[in-house]
Amino acid sequence: MKFDPYYMITVVMPQLIAAVPLTLFLTFASSIIGNLLAVPVAVARLSPSPLLSLPARAFIFTMRGTPLLIQLYFVYYGLGQVFPRWVMQDMPFLRDGLWYALFAFSINTAGYTGEILRGAIMAVPHGEIEAGRAFGMNRRQVFFRITLPRAVRICLPAMSTETVLLLKATSIASLVTVYEVMGTATTIRVDTYRVYDTLIGAGIVYFVIVYGMTRTLNWLERRLNKDRMPVSANPPRLASDQGIV
Amino acid sequence: MAADAHSLWASLAWGDSGYGDEFVKGIGTTLFISFSGYAIGASIGMLGAWAKLCHIKALNRTAEVYTTVVRSLPELLLIFLIFYAGTRALVSLLVMLGVAGQGFDINPFAAVITALGLIYGAYLTDVLRGGIQAVPKGQIEAAKAFGMHGSKRFVRIIFPQMIRYAIPGLGNQWLNITKDSAYVSVVAAVGEIMSVGRGAANTTHHPIFYFGATAGVFMALSGASMFLFSRLEKRANRGVRRV
Repeated sequence: MKFDPYYMITVVMPQLIAAVPLTLFLTFASSIIGNLLAVPVAVARLSPSPLLSLPARAFIFTMRGTPLLIQLYFVYYGLGQVFPRWVMQDMPFLRDGLWYALFAFSINTAGYTGEILRGAIMAVPHGEIEAGRAFGMNRRQVFFRITLPRAVRICLPAMSTETVLLLKATSIASLVTVYEVMGTATTIRVDTYRVYDTLIGAGIVYFVIVYGMTRTLNWLERRLNKDRMPVSANPPRLASDQGIV
Repeated sequence: MAADAHSLWASLAWGDSGYGDEFVKGIGTTLFISFSGYAIGASIGMLGAWAKLCHIKALNRTAEVYTTVVRSLPELLLIFLIFYAGTRALVSLLVMLGVAGQGFDINPFAAVITALGLIYGAYLTDVLRGGIQAVPKGQIEAAKAFGMHGSKRFVRIIFPQMIRYAIPGLGNQWLNITKDSAYVSVVAAVGEIMSVGRGAANTTHHPIFYFGATAGVFMALSGASMFLFSRLEKRANRGVRRV
């Protein structure tokens, strides 16, 4: 089969573009759930009590040390082994691969972001926390009003990188019968034996979404950190820098 | 479930009655695929880093396009692209040129290793470029002042320091490539850990146990890699004063 750009644009691309919302839904839903779950994970990881920090450590290591594909398969195929067949058939959520993918991606994000957030919490300047204490805030208030907002800001660049990685990772949902962009491309490829049109088409679609998302997140980062940006975009260079390279 | 827990553990036995030897062989295969892919990736990465930093505009741009495209596509899609479309294109090209016969086919092992190598080439390009850029300019100027030529300067000054700066990034990419080798199981069952685990789970209908075992193997692999790279990092930084 030859590569046929006309077929790709007229037949394949519309179907792939129709699947983009599902890919974006998977990305944002699991990003939001995962990032929210990351907060207790990071807090537990930093807890002085080993009862909290050890499970958090084990969770983070499991999520980061195993392929996402296994985590997805474990959830998707494993649940069917736990519940009897009639439960699996009657529950609408349990029949659809989408919810398994959402669950797997969310806990995976919780593990990755939990570790990032841990570093960011530790990087919050001590003086700010002391200032909060001096204002008479209790520990909870200090955490929610000072430490967490500050830590989120610190790890924002790393978190946006994670989101882009997550967007790319949602393509493996296609392996548990979710018809997002990759799943749709695979279906057309298997049905029509058109290898080039479908895969290159999917590549173009992913490239556009990822590129657009990277740009949007960069813009957002710049906006949120406006107060701490250097005044000039091109800081004056030192004379010594301009010599021989 | 509790009743057959014993037989489940027994199924990890060595030999024909268990998956133990398959898993161990799988570790070897995963390491082989990852290492070969990593070696190809590192070679591409060195070339790419040089292309990004040299003074030839066309090369800068080519390397930039390569890393941008590869880094913004899902690994699974890239593996599909290279494994299905890439090999097919290559085969028809070879047949057209008369180099290969009609029935010629590309070894799936070679195809997946090439796929991983091309993907990781892009990631390693940026890791190595960062390492080169981290080398203090004054040292390069000093080397020039000593009359060292480009290649000598690279071998004696840039390369040893570049590696030191790049080790954390190199370690991360190594961890990623071992995990991404699991994607290989989707296109071809070449006997790496993920294919073994998947095959065992499908055959025995005990997905929790076998995917759990597979995850355990990967965790051991990741743990060992992390340990190794932290040792390497310590060793590479042994002459550096902590500030």
